[in-house]
Amino acid sequence: MNTSIVVVVLASAVAYGTPLLYAALGELLAERSGVLNLGVEGMMLVGAVTGFLAVQRIGGPKGVVLPAAVAVAALVGAAAALILAFLVVTLRANQIVSGLALTILCGAAGLSSYIGNDFDLPDNPARYSFGPVNAFGLEDLPVLGPVIFGQTWLVYASWVCVLVVGYYLSRTRPGLNVRAVGESPSAADAMGISVTKYRYLHTIAGGAFAGVGGACFSLALTPQWQDGLTGGAGWIAIALVIFAFWRADLCLVGAYVFGAFSALPLILQAKGYTITPQLFQALPYIMTIVVLVIVSSGIGKRRLGAPASLGIPYVREER
Amino acid sequence: MILGGLRIEKRLQQRRWLMVAVPLGSLVVAFAAIAVILAATGHSPPTTYRRLFDAAYLADGALANSFIAATPLAFTGLAAAVAFRMKLFNIGAEGQLYFGAIGASGMAILLAGQSTPVLIVAMVIGGAVLGAAWGAIPGLLRAFLRTNEIITSLMLNYVAALVLNYLIFDSLSYWRDTSATGLVFPQGKLLADAATWPVLTIGSLAIPFGFVLAIAVAALIWVLYSRTRFGFEAQVIGDSPRAARYAGMRTRRKIVAIMCLSGAVAGIGGASQMGDFRHVLDARGLQQANYGYTGIVVAALARYNPFAVVFAAFLLGGLQNAGYTLQSADFPSGLVGVMQGMILFAMLGGELLVQFRITFARPTRSVPAPAGPSQ
Repeated sequence: MNTSIVVVVLASAVAYGTPLLYAALGELLAERSGVLNLGVEGMMLVGAVTGFLAVQRIGGPKGVVLPAAVAVAALVGAAAALILAFLVVTLRANQIVSGLALTILCGAAGLSSYIGNDFDLPDNPARYSFGPVNAFGLEDLPVLGPVIFGQTWLVYASWVCVLVVGYYLSRTRPGLNVRAVGESPSAADAMGISVTKYRYLHTIAGGAFAGVGGACFSLALTPQWQDGLTGGAGWIAIALVIFAFWRADLCLVGAYVFGAFSALPLILQAKGYTITPQLFQALPYIMTIVVLVIVSSGIGKRRLGAPASLGIPYVREER
Repeated sequence: MILGGLRIEKRLQQRRWLMVAVPLGSLVVAFAAIAVILAATGHSPPTTYRRLFDAAYLADGALANSFIAATPLAFTGLAAAVAFRMKLFNIGAEGQLYFGAIGASGMAILLAGQSTPVLIVAMVIGGAVLGAAWGAIPGLLRAFLRTNEIITSLMLNYVAALVLNYLIFDSLSYWRDTSATGLVFPQGKLLADAATWPVLTIGSLAIPFGFVLAIAVAALIWVLYSRTRFGFEAQVIGDSPRAARYAGMRTRRKIVAIMCLSGAVAGIGGASQMGDFRHVLDARGLQQANYGYTGIVVAALARYNPFAVVFAAFLLGGLQNAGYTLQSADFPSGLVGVMQGMILFAMLGGELLVQFRITFARPTRSVPAPAGPSQ
């Protein structure tokens, strides 16, 4: 192993961690308000397919089309989350089964596949995709250059999102209200905070983030569409929120660690290593289980940071 | 609530007729919602529905194919129902079914030359054991290390799929056809003719043996949950873990046992895939079928009642079969998944009507809120 492969792994960890980061930030917002949304994988997939569709069909220069496509992905992800919010907040349905329903509806064999096939999207390269942007001309720095300054706009934007979400949840009035709603909705309700409104808004915002996360796949990492493009990233993102103890900054660290696990098999393959490919492909999934076990059995025994009423519908009459 | 004048109250007694009416009503709502999606993407809903119904139940041989499609869904539906009833969210039926298929085909290859009854028993046991073993992993982690079983069981689906790929595409395993053509075009070993499960014909109707087996498994699960202490305690643990602990119930054991049972049922589904239909460890075909995830829809539609699961599997199996038959440019794949998701959504929304009573208060003029801070 020479330095170049280390740099490639680090740079890819950031690139492959970015969709996980967006999705985890979205899930963080929803969970902080008390809504456990297990539909992340589905929301990412509809975001990915509609973002790709937008790139193929919207006319205009690259600088207009790509942001528009990301916006479309975010809107569609938000719309998918709205269905879930209606079900679990207004109709008080079981959050776990509802999230699964959203993933089945939107997922690899559902709406995302339907849209992809109906518009004949598979097997075509994207007209435009996000390429690396040489930030401040620093890409040529050794090691740090390609890892930090040679990424796409989506990566740079995700750093801003981490700062904004972290600041929002810990330093602003609405952010503190969200946490109150997630910890003790009855107390929040008594304070005059609308539990319904906060849960709706944050579930929807979470869906928008997941949609953008999906678009990271179809517009940057693998700029094309195929059924099940995200390959379980949505589920890893849900686990990431747990590893990150429901904190935005730790989401970033976790996302890059798992980005490295996801990128490793591809890098090794490209470098011509012919070890059993399945062993490396299974790495992100197995590591998710391992870390989840460590977190839930050891330090996490008190469920560090988990919103107290996560997954519980709020019924005012049943206080 | 969101709508003025609408009140939602918890029902004290559940109405029996609602338990039938709500799933049926949910189907109607779901198909209405899908009609909107169809119309929005430029397909005619009535034509699509008529073709769907034809291809599912009326056309030549359609009914037989619907039974074929329903069989794995009955197993994965039962697997989900067993676990979900105890509020153990085993989403790993997909991977457990793969492992069941690996176990059953392994037994069939090992015992090649034996008679059909011996092979059937061996395949069912092989499938159940490996399925249960794969289901035991999230069960043990949940019981002893309090790890969320939803994510672990789901991650294991991806791992199980990679195991399948490894066995068939990237190794010279026991399951792989290692003849000259098998080395060029990777595929599983073809099972002996004696390992083909019988088909029961009633009149002109052909019912796979696996479907009958699923009905038997459903009966066993029904007995377990409604006639045994074990099943009763499992439900108490699901509904109120604290009450169960005070009553001295062995929670951990039951979690592991139910996860193993759920995995075993899914595993028998995998065995049925080998014995009834595929006769070869078909890595790609099994992964494309999504039996495990569809099983969750089946179980929810049946409200976790085992006999209703078999019936719901027949309904959704028909849908799946029709989707497969009709798949073309004006009936893109993925449409069936959309329908399944919609049905599940409608079902979950409908659950509100079973659990709560909705009353419309007499329409009142909205009174402007009193000015000034209220108490």
